[in-house]
Amino acid sequence: MDQSAFAAALLDPSLPLPAGVTCARGEPDATRFSVYRNNVVASLSRALGERFPVVRRLVGDEFFNGMARAFLTVSLPRSPLIFAYGDTFPDFVAGFAPAAALPYLADTARLEANWTRAYHAADATPLPVERLLAIAPERLAGIRLLLHPAVALARSDFAIGTIWQAHQAEVVGSVIVAASESVLVTRPTFDVRVHVVPPADGVFADSVLRGETLGEAAATAFARHPDFDFGHALLGLASLGAFADSPLQGDPA
Amino acid sequence: MNAITPSTSLLPARAGLGLKPEHVGEILDTEPDVGFFEVHAENYMGDGGAPHRALGEIVARYPLSLHGVGLSIGAERPLDTAHLARLRALIDRYRPRSFSEHLAWSTHESGFLNDLLPLPYTESTLRRVADNVDQVQQAVGRQMLLENPSTYILFEDSTIHEIDFLERVAARTGCGLLLDVNNVMVSAVNHRADPFAYIDRFPVERVGEIHLAGYDETMDGAGDRLLIDAHGSPVSDDVSALYRHTIDRAGPLPTLIEWDNDVPAFPVLLAEAARAEAVLDSAKSWRDARLARRA
Repeated sequence: MDQSAFAAALLDPSLPLPAGVTCARGEPDATRFSVYRNNVVASLSRALGERFPVVRRLVGDEFFNGMARAFLTVSLPRSPLIFAYGDTFPDFVAGFAPAAALPYLADTARLEANWTRAYHAADATPLPVERLLAIAPERLAGIRLLLHPAVALARSDFAIGTIWQAHQAEVVGSVIVAASESVLVTRPTFDVRVHVVPPADGVFADSVLRGETLGEAAATAFARHPDFDFGHALLGLASLGAFADSPLQGDPA
Repeated sequence: MNAITPSTSLLPARAGLGLKPEHVGEILDTEPDVGFFEVHAENYMGDGGAPHRALGEIVARYPLSLHGVGLSIGAERPLDTAHLARLRALIDRYRPRSFSEHLAWSTHESGFLNDLLPLPYTESTLRRVADNVDQVQQAVGRQMLLENPSTYILFEDSTIHEIDFLERVAARTGCGLLLDVNNVMVSAVNHRADPFAYIDRFPVERVGEIHLAGYDETMDGAGDRLLIDAHGSPVSDDVSALYRHTIDRAGPLPTLIEWDNDVPAFPVLLAEAARAEAVLDSAKSWRDARLARRA
């Protein structure tokens, strides 16, 4: 038996059964082989549905399973760590023509992907806000803070944080989707937290998460949002758990 | 063949349950009398967070069985050494009483197929599986148990009976066996074999753990009964009878209730465990009585 032919037939129902497959009657039986086909497709679709529950609710089970099937046919998991399956699903959703009527779907998927990564991220103590407050203001600009392993940001032209929050309830109220939102995911201890941050703080957080110094990130935010409040944004990010505890420049020796 | 410490039965000969995240709080609050808990290794291969915290709390209170579903021991391609390293780290961290995997394959060049796929039983696949089991045991530094599969198809080129295949792998590598009694029933019905004869031939002295689960039933293309290994319902009456037959023959063995889909409230699982425990208890009292007569 050639496992490549077996795998190909699993993923493409139009292919004939692999050579050498039989049953106790001494003949191949397509119903039996389709049990394996169903297992692969159903288990991977279920895994995606568990990782992207809000996307699934937004489009309904039938549409979601069709989209999942289209995705898994071109993107099988790269490892047996199924909780990590779907890191590229948001990009796939963005290009999935049948979902084009829901332009916020891909960014909602990005937020959900961030949520799972945060859930499984390494444990780390968040940087206490008092440590930041102890630093002389003139030294802050040159600092790069160590990011918490769980922190992630999703920025969207749509209200993905509000959409996500609304779909945590059994009954979903109406949501005005056409409002840009930046959504920060953190996990200070074991519970994943989802926060919509102000637009200027979102620009700042995006720069900080890309590894810019606090001064560079503040300049970027200020250029886009003249009302940007550096101190408020920095303390806000720290209090939400965006940074990990570590020795800082300016700490008392 | 390097020496692997034999440790076939370090789990207690009691009923155990699969650990589900939604039950962890209730288990830690009520500390029910469960013989052991089993987890799928791959679910605990994240870097941190709630899964590891929960597992740490469980192993502080209960014996742990680690059950892999992603090694792909039957694959034509080489084992994934990064995955072996993750397994080793998990075993070193949580010190499970037992580590088990499947006689199946699930990885291919195109990716991980997330199902336990069947392989033909030939001299060539036997060599490959035994080499892989050797490699696993060396990599994780301990004995593993190899589980008999549930299958829906047969292969024309199979030349070795499944039991002989498993026994020869075990004899060559020193691995133990995990006897999934539900899988025996599923495969026997699907391939028109006698499940009781299978148990009577099985090398029970190599068995370190038993699995029980519920199956679904459908029909194949010719209208023949086709059982599906579904893990989403109580253990059926025929599998319970086969289990009693197994314990009568093998004596009390650690027995896991597998219920992975449509997971019910925890008390439902406890009731399933109690049913298995009753079978184990009667076997233990029968054994004790026999020993007392002999004394």
